Amino acid sequence: MAAVGGGRTVSSAFAPIRLWLLLPSWLTIGFFLLIPVLLMLVYSFLTKEFRGGVIWEFSLAAYDQFLFDRGLFGDDPPTIQWTYITIFARSIIQATIATIMCLLIGFPTAWYIATRPASSRAVWLFLVTVPYWVNLLIRTVSMKFLIRENGPMNEALLGTGILDAPLQLINTDFAVQLGLFYSYLPFMVLPIYAAVERYNFALSEAAADLYASHWTIMRSIVLPVVKPGIIAGCILVFVPSLGAFLAPDLLGGAKNFMIGSLIEEQFKGQAGNWPFGAAASMILLSMVLVVLFFYARSQAREQV
Amino acid sequence: MTNQTPIAAVALRSVGKDFGDFTALKDVTFDIGDNEFFTLLGPSGCGKTTLLRMIAGFEATTAGTIHLFGDEIETLPPDKRPVNTVFQNYALFPHMNVAENIGFGLKMLGWSKADIDARVAEMIQMVQLGQFVHRKPSQMSGGQQQRVALARAMAPKPKVLLLDEPLSALDLKLRQEMRAELKSLQRETGITFIFVTHDQEEALSMSDRIAVMSAGEVQQIGTPEDVYEHPANRFVADFIGETNLLEAEAGTVDGQSVMCQFGGSSISATTTGAVAPGQKGWLSIRPERLTIGTALGEGSIPARIGQTVYLGTDTQVMAHLEGGATLGARMQNTLAGADRLTEGADIHLTVAPGAARFLVE
Ligand SMILES: Nc1ncnc2c1ncn2[C@@H]1O[C@H](COP(=O)(O)OP(=O)(O)OP(=O)(O)O)[C@@H](O)[C@H]1O
Ligand SMILES: [Mg+2]
Repeated sequence: MAAVGGGRTVSSAFAPIRLWLLLPSWLTIGFFLLIPVLLMLVYSFLTKEFRGGVIWEFSLAAYDQFLFDRGLFGDDPPTIQWTYITIFARSIIQATIATIMCLLIGFPTAWYIATRPASSRAVWLFLVTVPYWVNLLIRTVSMKFLIRENGPMNEALLGTGILDAPLQLINTDFAVQLGLFYSYLPFMVLPIYAAVERYNFALSEAAADLYASHWTIMRSIVLPVVKPGIIAGCILVFVPSLGAFLAPDLLGGAKNFMIGSLIEEQFKGQAGNWPFGAAASMILLSMVLVVLFFYARSQAREQV
Repeated sequence: MTNQTPIAAVALRSVGKDFGDFTALKDVTFDIGDNEFFTLLGPSGCGKTTLLRMIAGFEATTAGTIHLFGDEIETLPPDKRPVNTVFQNYALFPHMNVAENIGFGLKMLGWSKADIDARVAEMIQMVQLGQFVHRKPSQMSGGQQQRVALARAMAPKPKVLLLDEPLSALDLKLRQEMRAELKSLQRETGITFIFVTHDQEEALSMSDRIAVMSAGEVQQIGTPEDVYEHPANRFVADFIGETNLLEAEAGTVDGQSVMCQFGGSSISATTTGAVAPGQKGWLSIRPERLTIGTALGEGSIPARIGQTVYLGTDTQVMAHLEGGATLGARMQNTLAGADRLTEGADIHLTVAPGAARFLVE
């Protein structure tokens, strides 16, 4: 990933063939990725139609609504609208905590799997991914069932006398974090696993030979070398967590609203507001792009 | 350790290593002196790396003891042993530049920044990598990486430097240059080198002493001359240099010399072990100790020329003896375009005095 400096280029003799081979990818990305995003961008600048849909008339109302409060009838002097900013901030915090939880659990897991004999690694990897063959909705509902006030978890804790009052987990921030963590853990484990598996353990021996303690080897040799895998894992968990709506809806309840739910609501049913949903999506997308941009730039700088 | 002899840099006593029910090393006992360039030589899989890793602390012994300058070290982890290693594939830290790689050990030892900088500069000069200080390992050639690995291992001034086939990844020319360089580095620094190789030429040209190993056991320990001239057994004679090995039987024995019968011929050979008349063994004669002549001389054997192979500096000649045995001989091509020996010609082989050696095993 980051190890090879300079970058290899394919011989130019392959250029025409390469063009043809890449065409399907370009078309797919262009058609199913860029066009929908551009469509959203356009919609975010249109006027809302009351029963869902849009009127083709330019308007900044969606962004205005996101940022400013102009009172019930829209003629008060504008003040900052905190509702949505708060939802965004909460989403970032929730996604960050979920990412950290995934990293704390995912790294040791990936490390453990990557250091097993080659023959048993495939089995471990399979076990990690098994739950993910079940639909995310079903898993999230199961989680809700598991942790609710008189669910199996609380019953077990009460029954064994560990607790004398049920744990109030459902509809808390923590439940949402737990749900996100559980949804995206494999996205953390797999890239870190790939990086650790490629890690040359002779480097750890060399460091030990040069008087480094276990902790120092981990911190100043292993972590920097497998860093690309860790960062990939963090991005893969953070980005979908930020826009998730299943876990916040089902486990967090109304108080713990996140961006994903906010956007989802704008496109669902009759109460929706398409331009506003599109504007919120654009704001979310730009935030993600900014993060990725800074990451890419720091990587490019490290290559030198 | 109260005797007169100086304390050994490394003292191995009955060291053994089992991996499960596979015995990788068996009863290894020897001393490596201070300031010595000591080589572990043996074919692939004989346990050289394993022994080195046990001295470095990466592998626990399953039997015996290892002392470093009189201190027992088996219980110490690698980061507590005053020993550094040059790894076979260098194991340079890919995210650190040359200077950071070389300074790593010093940083771990808690040296001050100024001391580290000074020592790193000194090391960089020693291995002549001045213009590469800020390069990452991936941006350097194999030979340059090799020098970084060497500098990194030597920077903390280890008492013993372990080198696991450090030259094997280099091409021939560079390998030959590095041999001389390593040797002079060892002389200048006075650090004890334990050098692992499976290349007998490398071992002969660099070492003060060589331990020849085979299948987890030490076969012979001696100076390059010792192991070449006086191999202890058939394996050593065969592994080091080229030799003619012929099945032979001891005849009359007179102290260190024995009359050997082989394939209908007989010759006087030296021996080290106690040999009884009638004992079977091997006769070893180095090809370059055979001279080809046309006239019958004292101790010469009549033979007929078989295949000849021109090798540049010399020509390899297969000579068939009357009794049926075949000996390979080497003749230096001192005259350009001189008469080549013709196949089928009758000649006389003369064995240089003391060149034939009778080996019991
Ligand atoms: N961790 C291990 N588990 C089991 N067997 C091992 C292990 N390490 C080494 N061996 C075995 O021990 C023997 C000696 O290995 P070692 O690496 O010391 O050989 P070597 O002399 O260094 O060979 P080479 O010249 O090929 O490097 C080999 O037969 C090897 O298969
Ligand atoms: Mg080896």
